[in-house]
Amino acid sequence: MTAHMTVEEQQRATHRPPEPGTSVSVFAHPETFSSVTQQITSIVLTRPTPLFWYCTFGVGAAGVILFLISITWLLYRGLGIFGISIPVAWGYMITNFVWWIGIGHAGTLISAILLLLNQSWRNSINRFAEAMTIFAVICAGMFPLFHLGRPWIFYWILPYPNTMTIQPQFRSPLVWDVFAVSTYFTVSVLFWYLGMIPDLASLRDRARTRLAYGFYAVISLGWRGASRHWRWHESASLLLAGLATPLVLSVHTVVSFDFTIAILPGWHSTIFPPYFVAGAIYSGFAMVLILALPIRSVYHLENIITERHLNNCAKLMLATGLILAYTYVIEPFTAWYSGDVFEMAMVHNRAFGPEAWTFWTTMTCNVFIPQLLWFRWVRINPKPLFCVSCVVLYGMWMERFMIIITALHKDYLPSAWTNFEATRWDNFVILGSIGLFVTCFMLFVRFLPMISIFELHQLLPFSGADAAGGPEK
Amino acid sequence: MPKNFVPLSALGRHAGQRLWRTAEEYAGISAAGDDECDSEMAPLNEVSRRRFLELAAASFAIAGVTGCTRQPTERIMPYVNPPENLIPGRPQFYATAVPVAGLAQGVIVESHMGRPTKVEGNPAHPASLGATSVHSQASVLDLYDPDRVQAISHLNELQSWDDFREAMAIALAPIQAKQGSGLHILTGAVTSPTLGAQLQSVQKALHNAKWYQYEPAGSHSAQSAAKIVFGRPLNTIYRFDCADVILALDADFLACGEPSTRYANDFAARRVRGDRLDMNRLYMVESTLTATGGKADHRLPLRYADIESFTRNVAVSLGALPGTAQGASANSAFLRAVTQDLLAHKSASIVIPGIHQSPTVHALTHAINHALGNLESTVVFTNPLEVASVDQVASIRELAAALNSGAVGLLLILGGNPVYDAPADLGFPALLRRAKTSVHVSPISDETSDWCAWQVPESHFLETWGDACAFDGTVSILQPLIDPLYDSRSQIEVLDVILGPPGRRAYDIVRAYWQAHSGATDFEAWWRKSVCDGLVTGSALPEIKPSLNANWTQSLRAPQPAQDLEIVFRPDVYLFDGRFANNTWLQELPQPMTKLTWDNAVYLSPATAKRLGIGAQQLVCLNYRGRSVEGSAWILPGQPDNSVTVHLGWGHTRSGRAGNGAGFNAYQIRTSDAMGAGSGLTLTNLGSKFQLATTQMEQDMEGRTIVISAGVDQYRSDPDFVKKQTETPHQGESLYPQWYYTGHSWGMSIDLTRCVNCNACVVACQAENNIPVVGKEQVLNHRAMHWLRIDAYYEGDLNNPRAHYQPVPCMQCENAPCELVCPVQATNHSVDGLNDMVYNRCIGTRYCSNNCPYKVRRFNFLLFQDWETESIKLQRNPDVSVRSRGVMEKCTYCVQRIREAEIYAQVNDTGLLDGTIQTACQQACPTRAIIFGDINQRGSQVAALKAEKLNYALYGDLNTRPRTTYLAELRNPNPELKEV
Repeated sequence: MTAHMTVEEQQRATHRPPEPGTSVSVFAHPETFSSVTQQITSIVLTRPTPLFWYCTFGVGAAGVILFLISITWLLYRGLGIFGISIPVAWGYMITNFVWWIGIGHAGTLISAILLLLNQSWRNSINRFAEAMTIFAVICAGMFPLFHLGRPWIFYWILPYPNTMTIQPQFRSPLVWDVFAVSTYFTVSVLFWYLGMIPDLASLRDRARTRLAYGFYAVISLGWRGASRHWRWHESASLLLAGLATPLVLSVHTVVSFDFTIAILPGWHSTIFPPYFVAGAIYSGFAMVLILALPIRSVYHLENIITERHLNNCAKLMLATGLILAYTYVIEPFTAWYSGDVFEMAMVHNRAFGPEAWTFWTTMTCNVFIPQLLWFRWVRINPKPLFCVSCVVLYGMWMERFMIIITALHKDYLPSAWTNFEATRWDNFVILGSIGLFVTCFMLFVRFLPMISIFELHQLLPFSGADAAGGPEK
Repeated sequence: MPKNFVPLSALGRHAGQRLWRTAEEYAGISAAGDDECDSEMAPLNEVSRRRFLELAAASFAIAGVTGCTRQPTERIMPYVNPPENLIPGRPQFYATAVPVAGLAQGVIVESHMGRPTKVEGNPAHPASLGATSVHSQASVLDLYDPDRVQAISHLNELQSWDDFREAMAIALAPIQAKQGSGLHILTGAVTSPTLGAQLQSVQKALHNAKWYQYEPAGSHSAQSAAKIVFGRPLNTIYRFDCADVILALDADFLACGEPSTRYANDFAARRVRGDRLDMNRLYMVESTLTATGGKADHRLPLRYADIESFTRNVAVSLGALPGTAQGASANSAFLRAVTQDLLAHKSASIVIPGIHQSPTVHALTHAINHALGNLESTVVFTNPLEVASVDQVASIRELAAALNSGAVGLLLILGGNPVYDAPADLGFPALLRRAKTSVHVSPISDETSDWCAWQVPESHFLETWGDACAFDGTVSILQPLIDPLYDSRSQIEVLDVILGPPGRRAYDIVRAYWQAHSGATDFEAWWRKSVCDGLVTGSALPEIKPSLNANWTQSLRAPQPAQDLEIVFRPDVYLFDGRFANNTWLQELPQPMTKLTWDNAVYLSPATAKRLGIGAQQLVCLNYRGRSVEGSAWILPGQPDNSVTVHLGWGHTRSGRAGNGAGFNAYQIRTSDAMGAGSGLTLTNLGSKFQLATTQMEQDMEGRTIVISAGVDQYRSDPDFVKKQTETPHQGESLYPQWYYTGHSWGMSIDLTRCVNCNACVVACQAENNIPVVGKEQVLNHRAMHWLRIDAYYEGDLNNPRAHYQPVPCMQCENAPCELVCPVQATNHSVDGLNDMVYNRCIGTRYCSNNCPYKVRRFNFLLFQDWETESIKLQRNPDVSVRSRGVMEKCTYCVQRIREAEIYAQVNDTGLLDGTIQTACQQACPTRAIIFGDINQRGSQVAALKAEKLNYALYGDLNTRPRTTYLAELRNPNPELKEV
């Protein structure tokens, strides 16, 4: 191997040549190293940017502007611009937070847990799923911040030496949240970036303009594809995967503590951690599919993101959805079994009270409609799958909204009861955050390798990678 | 001991520290007072350190307040302790009285550096006994109302006081030539001896001058009833502390108007005593659900017209009226039970009519009380409080006729607002144009000011000297605590212009009157004592023993058949006749039963609403005798069918920013022949909704153990019934170690039997703790900021529910759920057990509120505090921080008062006696329902109450271990009568 070889050439040199006719089922068609690399790098470097990209980016950017306007108005006027009140002191903002954090989970699950479980098919989708995680956590992190009455002193929640000699109150789940989410974000970014380095080097090598070359050269950190590089890369990846794996479970567990630690009926429940984690993965896979399906078709990646991927994601959705359905059944049961009047009143109010529409929307979106995924036709056909995913994503938002609103608006003392009514700013902020997410994601698609090239290479039959290409069972 | 010794306990919360000890010290008051008053003349080059601090503090105060807080130049008397050295930061207390519609409540006003900030009751005053009404509490805000008229104007052009005097001289010249013919003066009910004497001397000097009196929410029936029964107008005083059985006929005597503070006190004193087994019994027959009705042991909703026939039947059954019982109520169990109960408690019962009830009902109650032997025991009479008692409705009619005839040369309106509140059939606004010159003296440029040539700003009672009578005739001399903020004058000063030059100040006029009338040998001492005490000792009117006219029954109106739909006009509990309409505290104070704010409503019974097809909060048009007004409907449980109640005092078009457009003006359809109620109303559903803002949307307890209530018989047979209904986890059942209190351990006990839902505590809390008002829109968004609220729950039959009241401040839980979820330790437990809230540390996650089972925490969602209006800033209590946006706030047990008392006790090495510290709500409470103190202190009142068997913690089973606990509500239903 010489230093003048491109990364791809090195990679090819270390492996056997392709044997015609032995395609693996991850890909739809027989692929070669260069065909894969070419296909993915060309999206960034050579192919004209499709109209779809401009449209989506435009919509996203409009959302960002809406988001900025909303936040400016929020900081100027105060939290009263939202529909929150006493007793419903949390509303859309915390719903958005939990929802976005949950969405991130599928990315980590795919990149870490499926990696450790040798689920090689994940290699086609892990990169953009990880990107999705990061952008979702960015969106999520903003909500608790701007949801503070005085966000400019948010840092008081962090333990740091200060002249007031006060530390955060470690009994509060909100402090745990800060640690959980910041750890999650840090590990996710590291994992994502580390995984991208070999592919960034591929982009550097294929860059046609000085600007692109310089950009990718800097961010690929001098990756040369040396076997030492690969060795370190491999162990770092595994290490981070090991670190990220517990995070898949812990982050949403901690987020669920925000509710379970409280004494409110409807929040104070031990089932919340698994319930929240299952919900997070559920919504995360829905988001993966919502992103994958249009991109797959626009960038003609059907050969890489195959029906098998769709099928697997849909199956995972179905599985987590069923776990969720189980907890929906268990909740009223425990309320009834406890004999606690407040719990029973809450369950009744949730299903039949003034905010019952949230409950029935949740049930419809999260339990009833996703049963369509039992049909293979739905699982492998992009259009119905896209629709079901959208429904699930909306249902998961509604579920968090339901948990927050129905517990708060009627709790212990009837004299304090009220209803929640969202304002236009509530809606602007959630739409704006979706815009921010879309914008970030579109920039990612345009400027970074959205599918992991080197991991796809491992799947090629001649790659020699052990894990690669096990036939689908 | 000097003879004007005031008992220690009578001095409010600053008892220990404000009391003078020796006669010398007492005498020192005047010397120090001189110093204080002459300070402007003190040479500035001899500035001592202390003097410098005084001046600096004063100049800061002035700089901050645009030069408004000068001390009055006349000598005013600090309530007890003189400003020997005015210590910046330490408040001073002065006695004065709050006059409302001619009735005064004695108060002690807290002054910070020359700014009156808070009104407390005067323990020595009969109408207060240390407590206050909502009006007294809120009156301090009126002083700083930014919408007050600030200068004299003539046809909207600014004028000077000299211009006014000149103009009056010119206007009076032709009038004086004709012995006053053409001079017409309209006042409210005048009980002020000085003002009365002035008016009488005007009439003496100019005997053709006319003086009219009109109070829109006055007791017009009482006068005519007294004339019917006793042949002369009389003032009736009820002694509820001596009454075992009370029958109230549409009388909201516990919560509405003066002297409800005193009556509530007396009522509670008789309701709860000794072992609590000997309770009085209250029967209520009423045309709309009131706070008093909710407190009743038995309540009968009856239409206004039917109450008259019910009263007749009671009178007949008791032998006070010849004839036989007639009508629907004739054979009712209620009537039988009431009459039997009344008969069983002769001379220890009271039958009280509502002030808006008909003269017939009033006359009949006199006869009933007479037949029961209550006169001279529980019902006593005095001469009228008014200097000249007139039929006020006739009086305003006469004025209208005089204006109509064009005979009015100069019309002087002292304080009223006839354009807004005069009977609609008199055609008032247009009539005012017929007066050659008209002068309106009022604090606010209101509807009447618009129609008058001259507008003279009226001084607030805290700005001027004056005098007024309490319900029993006790005279108070009003002393100012601050020089007028604007170029305003008191009614006395304006009237003095009519009497001629030289236009003295109120101080001279009031003093001159009392110099002539006090009858004291040493006037100076008398004056000092009277001003200092806040009342003239022994000035209560003597009781008189009138005898019944022989043929009084002949003057009674024949029974009126009840017609289809009737309308009842009641004064508003808070805005009264409309004079408090621009007071934002009162606008936002939740109405006792409906918890409505910022609006009045058309009250309908559920059945009537259904029959007429009117839904809640639907806009309806009230058509009544050819006039109409639009209002939003409210379906009120316990409202009698086919009866519609509206409250007066709302719907101003020109009363300032708060009052304008809030509610609808029921005066627009109230006519002079039916001031209390009338039939022939039709309601039209306008089909649109008009949202009403209530602070309590759910008034059903949902079967939860919230207010524990029982009949006294149940308590007798099962004293532990409260324990059986509640469950308290063992102490120490917590993840965290228990804290043991070695020093103070503050706690509160709220007696639900005593609470009458008058809401004085809520306003007191607002005034003491700088609590902002949020406005109707924010109340609709459920963001009202009251730290203390009174929950009202209904129970039982929708058509005649039982009501329960529960004041809910912060419970100061020992295991506070709010504390452990705050990420920044902004809410913590203090060593003496308080659940402290550190505003400066709060970042506003609102998690604490979510986790509070009592929902007593309040969040400043928008910038609710008014940082802009200069005058409002003057009202704020400097001991309490003014919270900004994005911060959680809540009841602190008035921690500023606790710390102040602790510091005082430490500095002076005195212990903290039980009762030294009173929270603002406790101090205002007329029934002593709220008791605060040290639970650890042996023999403290709060510890004793918490040891009672009725004591329980709200949701104690949640293991929050609240420091605020309740005493279960006891009622005394008649065993003869099943629940109505």
